[in-house]
Amino acid sequence: MSSANPFANFIIVGERTNVTGSAKFRKLIEADDYAGALTVARQQVEGGANVLDVNMDAALIDGPAAMRRFLNLIASEPDIARIPLMIDSSKWEVIEAGLKCAQGKSIVNSISLKEGEEKFLYEARRVQRFGAAAVVMAFDEQGQADTAKRKIEICTRAYRLLTDKVGFAPEDIIFDPNIFAVATGIEEHAEYAKAFFEATGYIRSELPHAHVSGGVSNVSFSFRGNEPVREAMHAVFLYHAIRAGMDMGIVNAGSLTLYDDVEPELRERVEDVLLNRREDATERLLEIADRAKAGGKKQGAERDLSWRQKPVKDRLAHALVHGVNEFIVEDTEEARLQAERPLHVIEGPLMDGMSVVGDLFGAGKMFLPQVVKSARVMKQAVAHLIPFMDEEKERLGLVGKSNGKIVMATVKGDVHDIGKNIVGVVLQCNGYEIDDMGVMVPCDRILERAKEIGADAIGLSGLITPSLDEMVFVASEMERLGLNLPLLIGGATTSRTHTAVKIAPAYSGPILYVPDASKAVPVVQKLLGADRDLLVKETRAEYDAAREAYFLGQDKRPRLPLAKARQRAPKLEFAPVKPSFLGVRSFDNYPLEELVPYIDWTPFFASWDLVGRYPAIMDDEIVGDAARNLYRDASVMLKQLVAEKWVRASGVVGFWPAQRDGDDVVLFADEKRGREIARLHTLRQQIDKGESKANFALADYIAPKADYIGAFAVTAGIGEEDVSIRFKRANDDYSAIMAQALCDRLAEAFAEAMHAKVRRELWGYAKDETLTPEDLIAEKYRGIRPAPGYPAQPDHTEKRTIFDLLEAHERTGIDLTESMAMTPPSSVSGLYFAHPEAEYFGTGKIDRDQVEDYAQRKGWALATAERWLSPILAYDPLIAKVG
Amino acid sequence: MKRDVRMTALNAELAQRILILDGSMGAYLQGFGLTSEDFHGDRFATHTTPLKGDSDVLTLTRPDVITKVHEAYIGAGADIISTNTFTATPISQAEYGLEAFAREMNFESAVLARAASDLAEKADGKPRAVAGSLGPTTKLLSMSPDVGDPGRRDADFDGMAKGYEEQALGLIEGGADILLIETITDTLNCKAALWGAWEAFDKTGVELPLWISGTITDRSGRTLSGQTVEAFYNSVRHAKPWAIGLNCALGPADMRAFLADLSRVAECAVSAYPNAGLPNAMGGYDETPHSMEAHYAEWAKAGLLNIAGGCCGTTPDHISHMKHAVAGVKPRIKAAHDSRLKLAGLEPFTAAA
Repeated sequence: MSSANPFANFIIVGERTNVTGSAKFRKLIEADDYAGALTVARQQVEGGANVLDVNMDAALIDGPAAMRRFLNLIASEPDIARIPLMIDSSKWEVIEAGLKCAQGKSIVNSISLKEGEEKFLYEARRVQRFGAAAVVMAFDEQGQADTAKRKIEICTRAYRLLTDKVGFAPEDIIFDPNIFAVATGIEEHAEYAKAFFEATGYIRSELPHAHVSGGVSNVSFSFRGNEPVREAMHAVFLYHAIRAGMDMGIVNAGSLTLYDDVEPELRERVEDVLLNRREDATERLLEIADRAKAGGKKQGAERDLSWRQKPVKDRLAHALVHGVNEFIVEDTEEARLQAERPLHVIEGPLMDGMSVVGDLFGAGKMFLPQVVKSARVMKQAVAHLIPFMDEEKERLGLVGKSNGKIVMATVKGDVHDIGKNIVGVVLQCNGYEIDDMGVMVPCDRILERAKEIGADAIGLSGLITPSLDEMVFVASEMERLGLNLPLLIGGATTSRTHTAVKIAPAYSGPILYVPDASKAVPVVQKLLGADRDLLVKETRAEYDAAREAYFLGQDKRPRLPLAKARQRAPKLEFAPVKPSFLGVRSFDNYPLEELVPYIDWTPFFASWDLVGRYPAIMDDEIVGDAARNLYRDASVMLKQLVAEKWVRASGVVGFWPAQRDGDDVVLFADEKRGREIARLHTLRQQIDKGESKANFALADYIAPKADYIGAFAVTAGIGEEDVSIRFKRANDDYSAIMAQALCDRLAEAFAEAMHAKVRRELWGYAKDETLTPEDLIAEKYRGIRPAPGYPAQPDHTEKRTIFDLLEAHERTGIDLTESMAMTPPSSVSGLYFAHPEAEYFGTGKIDRDQVEDYAQRKGWALATAERWLSPILAYDPLIAKVG
Repeated sequence: MKRDVRMTALNAELAQRILILDGSMGAYLQGFGLTSEDFHGDRFATHTTPLKGDSDVLTLTRPDVITKVHEAYIGAGADIISTNTFTATPISQAEYGLEAFAREMNFESAVLARAASDLAEKADGKPRAVAGSLGPTTKLLSMSPDVGDPGRRDADFDGMAKGYEEQALGLIEGGADILLIETITDTLNCKAALWGAWEAFDKTGVELPLWISGTITDRSGRTLSGQTVEAFYNSVRHAKPWAIGLNCALGPADMRAFLADLSRVAECAVSAYPNAGLPNAMGGYDETPHSMEAHYAEWAKAGLLNIAGGCCGTTPDHISHMKHAVAGVKPRIKAAHDSRLKLAGLEPFTAAA
């Protein structure tokens, strides 16, 4: 199990739609308020429940009728019905009534040997015919099992009966070995939790494929009224139960605390009780229980809601600053009723709140994830007001007012948009109207839209290097059409230098490079405000200087002629290992849970502008809080994303006989090495490093004969777009961006996991490798997996060759755009080199002789090569031509 | 050939090649220009409800045309033909006032198909199986007929299961080899059909292989009752079907992605019998036998198929082209047994281990 997320493989059964466990739900059903009951169900799903428990066992309720009615109503609510049901009753007739209304595969809770084998077998057979799984209680003719021995005995007997006599699928058996209250003061109860852990361990190892579940809140029953202690007990109980193998639990989906987050002293005393480690364990827990209750607020177990007492204006500010969206609609409504016009709510309290957020952000006291959360609250507030404003507009014929309109787009050929989304959100909360055109937007459409809506500025974003050229193209088109709109440039590969050197000369209107989201607001404020002329003038001067510095500071170190550089290729020895298979193999629907341990979190924090290495960043004095909160939110979503398979991971790996031919690598159809099926081109370092040092090209790692090469393409982004659209529709950009960032990480993790599998098994040149995921992230292994478009081979077009070899599109669904960006964006592809000395390197800038040679090898015109290799040219093609 | 001998032979073929199911009954019947008199026949001449459009009653009133349809599909190369019983549950026949004749319709339809296939088997010794068709009925168990009252249902599980049991009994007694629960728009109806089938097996002591074919109603990839393909599969997997597949509603181009989803997870044979494209403005179907052939050839090569057939708008000509398209291509290899707990609401949920 991953240490990063202890709940990753744990199935959460939402417990609030249970009349025996929730007085609120019972009252709703008794009052015939089924609409209210559905709201409770919806909250469970939104809170992260994987399965919805429904129980109608109460004295005043007609069980079968209530079960039927509620499940029929759920069937009409797709956002609730999307998850499976747990049909929960102690009465068989209620369970059967429920099963007859459920089209999916549900879980029955529960059946048992309580009334003997005959009834047990009868019910089990019917459960099987309805196509449901079953919770089986550790309960027999003698009663409920309380010792480990009895629990094991009953579960084993039930398992044998179900698998041998009924033919019940073992994976459809979920044992509930009874969670009972501990710390009751009664001596016999002291072993209850331990007995559960022990029985759980036995079931999971000795009864194949069976699962273990339980109602966790029972364990803390003696601390009713003391929520902090109860939460702590649940956290510690789950920690041990999950380690023993419990993989499902009926819990309050919204309020799971992590073991590590329980205050250490409390944790130790709870642990003493659960593990029955000392005689006075209960007394010692009682000793600190009251203190824990008072201090519980800090842990968030009992939330501090005192801010709810403040005036509505302050409540809105609080909600915005803390990113709390729970009450935002009611507070916004209250503010609207007090205001003369709905717009005043936005211009008054909401913008005031956001300016506090802006100040804190500017002062480095808030960080991007928190700001995006604030933005989510803001958007939800605004969404509530829009119908009223529309209605007012219609009534009074008013025209809305914004601080300015900005068209934003990721340019043609590129699909990356996390950064752009963040910038868009931050600008929106500052009162700018953002028209986000999405990804892969052609130039003419961007300019058309800007004209159509009367935009005040255009923002372009891109991540891969060919996008830089596309941005130059957009700038030159704006020049050609005589526009004078400000053009904002952003995205991972863009830079102030590139903007100054390449884009600014193409356009005489204002051009501004925006390095990250925190700079977006001040830049745009100045640009669209009174300071515009000054800013434009200053920037222009700055870029002129930057351009000059660039040409002066150009790397003028001598390049070697290509022939000479080739002479200095490293002299390597070869002992090729034959891969376990040749040709291509697909890995469709790769289990996401297996990728989680391979996630490298450091870049995840970087994508939110939080700089620092994981896990040290969590304890960072300045960003630690923000990082921890972000990580917590990420863990919750990751768990759900994995469990509910929001996205699909698919990959393909191939190996071929290969040999080096100059700086190319030739691939053959089979071991006869007669038919060449593809040729990979590589580029050589040309910088003069001196006689003693080698000038590398990737081809150097392949022997002149009888060697092999591998390639891969993996994605964890199939379905990613739907997820992010779903969140955006709900005005939840925070979650939309989070989902994208997680998919990105999963794709990288997939590449890492696959590389490990290749080394140990598929290629098998490092069968004995025993590295932890942490070592893998630190790249302490043999062999490399360089990707086209990265420093060792900056030419993106090599991806096309790799994709064709792998049949990557057909096998994984990944596409290449005309700029060779992979879509879905959460995808990774590259080559495998097994040579023990293979290392990552950068080609550095290359000279015209190599570009000419490369163009010839690829069958390109020189200009084409210069375009694809523009980021690494050691010369200016325009000047070179003239000179 | 006896039923068990036939199924053994058919299963041996199934392991070797892609089997062919027949095409649409309706499209072919249209060619006969049948009139109201044909539907009523002598037997229902005085029946007050108009029967025109009740194709299943033709089994009793014009058995000769039904036999012709079966013969035409066998001639086109079908390994499996389906009975003329798509709407022959008491629930659906109640719309025509013929609910009392449902059992007989099923029995006689199976007999007709059986006779046609016996004839072909005698001629060349190769197995021809009869799939007893169980359609979706006119009522849905998971959806309200009234948008204003989402909790309402105009049918219940027990009544539905009883109707299917009646149908299954007729099909078994008439000589069907397989029960084909098809065009499933609501998985709960399918569960009721399975329940009915098992009741019939208990009563007759005869257990037939079950074949389940769902319908994805539009490009969103959901059944009418809202399930994704994988959720649908998880929900019926307990039946240990002989084959599972998709049919109707979509043409081959639109069905491809969903078929691939199913093929990925199904631990049994996979079948597909799409419509001949989507209905065009004139209510006809645009896919020609030739254009369908290309789709089937690609599906077969991609390893998605074990059984191919046609639904609405397809004709014997489509079937013979299809046979040609899949001839000599290796059948799909079924997915390995997955022993993880697989649940479903509208969407699938699979436990880690």
